[in-house]
Amino acid sequence: MKDFSIFDIIGPNMIGPSSSHTAGALRIAQLARGMIPGPIVRADFTLYGSFARTYRGHGTDRALIAGVLGFGTEDSRIRDSFRWAEKMGLRYSFALDTQNRDCHPNTADIRLENAAGETALVTGVSVGGGAAVIRRINGVEIDLTGEYHTILVRHKDTPGVVAAITRTLAENHINIAFMRLYRESRGQMAYTIIEADEDIPQEAAAQIQAHPPVQSALLIPRI
Amino acid sequence: MDFTTAAQLLALCEGEGLTLGEAMLRRETDLTGAGREEIRARLARSLEIMEQAAAAALAAPQKTMGGLIGGEAIALDRRRAEGKAVCGPLLARSAAIAMGTLEVNASMGLIVAAPTAGSCGVLPGALLAQAETFGFGREELLDGLLTAAAVGYLIARNATVAGAEGGCQAEVGTASAMAAAAIAGLHGGSPEQCLWAAGTALVNLMGLVCDPIGGLVESPCQGRNAIGVAGALVAAETALAGIPSPAPLDEVIAAMYAVGRALPGELRETALGGIATAPSACARCHGC
Repeated sequence: MKDFSIFDIIGPNMIGPSSSHTAGALRIAQLARGMIPGPIVRADFTLYGSFARTYRGHGTDRALIAGVLGFGTEDSRIRDSFRWAEKMGLRYSFALDTQNRDCHPNTADIRLENAAGETALVTGVSVGGGAAVIRRINGVEIDLTGEYHTILVRHKDTPGVVAAITRTLAENHINIAFMRLYRESRGQMAYTIIEADEDIPQEAAAQIQAHPPVQSALLIPRI
Repeated sequence: MDFTTAAQLLALCEGEGLTLGEAMLRRETDLTGAGREEIRARLARSLEIMEQAAAAALAAPQKTMGGLIGGEAIALDRRRAEGKAVCGPLLARSAAIAMGTLEVNASMGLIVAAPTAGSCGVLPGALLAQAETFGFGREELLDGLLTAAAVGYLIARNATVAGAEGGCQAEVGTASAMAAAAIAGLHGGSPEQCLWAAGTALVNLMGLVCDPIGGLVESPCQGRNAIGVAGALVAAETALAGIPSPAPLDEVIAAMYAVGRALPGELRETALGGIATAPSACARCHGC
C-alpha cells in the first residue's frame, strides 16, 4: 500500500488546473522523453477519451509539450510551452480520437523522433493525482511509472542478455528493486525494465549498451 | 512511528502529549528519513506558493483557460474592504482567497494541490485569513499545514480524495476537514477537538457531487472551495465550543467513502450530471 507522505497531501506543487489532465499529462511526456536518446525534434500526440474531449481547457496539450521539453510540473513555462517548443526546435502535432473506448479515459500516444531520425511510439496513461504510467512502447506492452530510478534496455531476445545486464548492475553496486522483461515476439526485440533504489550511473548504462545484443540502454530519472 | 486511523492517532497524541501535527511530522521523519527542518522548509515553500497565488488573484482578475471564471476574488474582497461583508470580514476574506486560488489554478498558475488541484483554495483560504485576522506567524501556519496533512492522510489512506472516485465530498470535503482541524489547532484546540472539527466538516459536506461544467476545474468548483472554507470555520467553531462530531472521524471517513461509491458515475467528475448538464451551464461552455 502507498505510504502517503505529507507532500502527497499538501502537494504536489503544480501548474493547474488539473492534477490528472495537466500534471499527469506532463509526467507521461516526461517519461516518454526518456525512452529515446535526445535531442528530440518532433512529437506527434494522439489524445483519447477525456483527454481528447477536454484537453484545451485543461492545458493538456501545453503540458504534454512541456514534458517532452523536459519541464517539471512546477515550471511556469508550461503555460507558454508552444512558444518554448519553437524556441527549442521541437515540432509537434495533435490528433484526437474520441471514438476509442477501450483505453483508460486519460490516455495519450506520443510518437517521438530525435535528431538522428530514430523514433519511439509510447502510450501513457494519467492515473490520477498527477501520477502517470507508460503502458506501451513500440507496440510492446510494458508498465513503467518513474517512481524509481529506472533503466530501459532494448535488446535482442537471445539467451544470456538479462544475465549480462544484471551482472553489470551488480558490479556497479546497484540493488534491483523490480525487474520485468517484455518482448515483441520470440527471437525479435525485447525490453528489460529495471527499477533500482539507487541512482543508476551513466557509465553502468554505457557498459550495458556495450553488450552486443543490446541496442540501447536508457536511464529514466526518478520523478 | 506510524498510525493508520484517527483512533490510533488520538491515542498516540494523548499518550505522549503531542499535537496532531507533531505526530504527523514524526511519522514523516520515520517514513522518509528526512529531518524535521527539511520537512518544515518544504512546507514553508508550499505556504509561499499559497501566498503568491492568493496575492496574484487579489491583485488582478485571472484569465482562465475555460473562461468560465475570473475576477471573483477581487469582487468579494472589495465588499469586505468597504465593510459591507454580510458574513463578516473573516469569512469574506477566507472565501476571497479560496476562490482566488481557484482562479490561479484555472489559469495555469502555480498552486499546491491540497489535497487536489480542484480543492486547492480551501486550505490557503483558511490559513492565510486566520493569519491576517489573528496574527498567527509562519511557524504556527506550518503547524497548521501539518495538522491538515494528518487529517488528509487519514482520508486518503482509508477512503479517497479523488473526485472521480468519491465526488466533490472527497475533494472539497476532505480539504474542508483538513482546514477545520488546522483552524481548531491554531486556536488551541486539543487533538480530540481538532478531530471533531475534521469529522464535523466532512459530515457537513457529505454527499457533495462532482459535476464540473464542461469538465473544467472552474465552475462550480470555485464556489465549492468557498463553501469548503466556510464549513471549515463553522466546524472549528463548534469543535472549540465542545460540540463533538456526529461520529468519530474514522466512522465519518468510512461513511463518506461508502457514499462516494454509491454515487452514480454521472456525479463523479464526468460532467454528465448535476449542474454540468443544466441547459444554461451547457450553453456557457463551448462545444463540449
